Amino acid sequence: MGPFIEIISKPDNIAIVVMILMVLFFTAWAFLQAFRNDASRKNGELIEGEGNGKVDTWKPLVRIELIVALVVFIGLTFWSLVVDAPLEELANPTLTPNPAKAPWYFLGLQEMLVYFDPWIAGVVLPTLIIIGLIAIPYIDINPKGNGYYTFSERKWAILIFCFGFLFLWILLIVIGVFFRGPGWLWFWPWEEWDHHRVVYEGTADLTNLVGIDSRSGWGFFIGGGVVTMYYALGMILPYVYWRKKKPEFFENLGMVPYVTVTFLFWTMLALPIKMFLRLVLMVKYVWVTPWFNI
Amino acid sequence: MKMFDNIKQSLIWKSMFRRDYKDTPRNRALAIFGNVFMHLHPVKVREGAVKLRYTWGMGGISLFSFIILTVTGFLLMFYYRPSVDQAYWDIKDLEFQVPYGIFLRSLHRWAGHFMVIVVWLHMFRVFMTGSYKSPRQFNWAIGVILLVLTMLLSFTGYLLPWDQLGLWAIEVGTNMAAGTPLLGFEGPFSEYLGITPYNDVRFAILGGSTVGGNALLRSYVWHCVALPLVAVVLMAVHFWRVRKDGGISGPHS
Ligand code: HEM
Repeated sequence: MGPFIEIISKPDNIAIVVMILMVLFFTAWAFLQAFRNDASRKNGELIEGEGNGKVDTWKPLVRIELIVALVVFIGLTFWSLVVDAPLEELANPTLTPNPAKAPWYFLGLQEMLVYFDPWIAGVVLPTLIIIGLIAIPYIDINPKGNGYYTFSERKWAILIFCFGFLFLWILLIVIGVFFRGPGWLWFWPWEEWDHHRVVYEGTADLTNLVGIDSRSGWGFFIGGGVVTMYYALGMILPYVYWRKKKPEFFENLGMVPYVTVTFLFWTMLALPIKMFLRLVLMVKYVWVTPWFNI
Repeated sequence: MKMFDNIKQSLIWKSMFRRDYKDTPRNRALAIFGNVFMHLHPVKVREGAVKLRYTWGMGGISLFSFIILTVTGFLLMFYYRPSVDQAYWDIKDLEFQVPYGIFLRSLHRWAGHFMVIVVWLHMFRVFMTGSYKSPRQFNWAIGVILLVLTMLLSFTGYLLPWDQLGLWAIEVGTNMAAGTPLLGFEGPFSEYLGITPYNDVRFAILGGSTVGGNALLRSYVWHCVALPLVAVVLMAVHFWRVRKDGGISGPHS
């Protein structure tokens, strides 16, 4: 437990503990209200907020704002009195710490470096996260569930968003903070950090698994084919399926939003898929080219 | 009480507050639009909008954290010089010489971390209540930019103490920029554009090929001037849009 206490009580990491508690609490609260509203809907009752009138801003709202501000201020003051901001040794470019960690809110991205090269993990994926977030209102055209907590009226939107937020963002940060030691190797919180640990992992590229050298011409074409087919099938198959089923949302979704949403969705899923390939099948790259590797 | 009445009758008080307060509907309205800050609010709000269990107050707490950060940051600027020779020792002085310096610095740091968390949760709440749906799509987009700015503000601040923690965190963070396709010296295809460590995006961010004095100065200027200014402007647009889009969302809008 020694290292665990040490990690958890590092001043900056107290913020992570605060984050974990807050995220758990608010996730539970959101789903609780969603299920409660869904139940009311089912029983033909009014949901929370429906049929509400208006109230004065002065004082009901201003009073709440003041109280919240005071509570936050007292909380932060207490935190600052009890825990001092950290200051390590003077910056020294010749002395590399191991592990060198990015600020905690970027550790999700740093954790992705285990699975993707920097141009994907550090540049392409963050850019797509920002674009994807901005795109949400334009690709989620379901008019239901606007202005109240609900789960049943927008299951898929909520499941996909929560998967991305809770597992691919928050959980990766937690792993980066608490489970990564020297060499960015996995250390359980109760393990001592062993600076000399080397792990030999016989990773290979995907095509090598079936006996084709990933750096050969065939390897190049097969690897490229896998990546292309991943996106192509990911877009065509649901299209064919929904064309037949004709669900309402699909009828209203234009071609550009359809391509955008499928592209973003499969890009997001590429992360857990690559994790699986890497951790279970020991695959390093799916596609090796002279210019970049995926 | 008598003293309070006297104060309220004084010329100074009357010059600040143009009328005394009687709790009437008209006065409740005037309390809001007679004051430029209160006027950020509408006079009346939907009942659901004042329920903490609906908004969690997260947008407001983001703003409040930002205000705390502005005040503490302003005070910290009195004691801090962004140069390699001085930065670290100025922070040490804050810790050991300046009265309440360490408290000031801690409050700034923890409020910064806190704001990042709160902005994430604000986004989570807005998602879970579907409040990004029509007519609020564009305000969501502004929100996403604010989220990015919040994290960049925190990131640029991380380097300023010029200690090992900040240096290497920025090193790791900016090394990723070297992988930018076409524009980073380790990125795909950049060799065809003649990109080297001395002319790529990482160089532009750091003002050099390593994290040094120029990077420290750039961090400082972004952190204390450019990013807060842009954030304030976007927040103004964000709040204005909340009202123009019909106030806080609810089941009937
Ligand atoms: C510096 C960061 C931000 C500040 C200070 C801020 C502030 C606020 C405030 C005070 C409100 C009023 C309602 C509430 O408190 O929940 C609000 C609403 C809203 N915010 Fe933000 N916000 C920020 C970032 C974001 C982000 C990251 C998003 C989304 C990605 C976002 C999207 C929205 C939307 C769509 C509304 C309207 C919600 C509704 O009508 O229910 N904001 N914001």
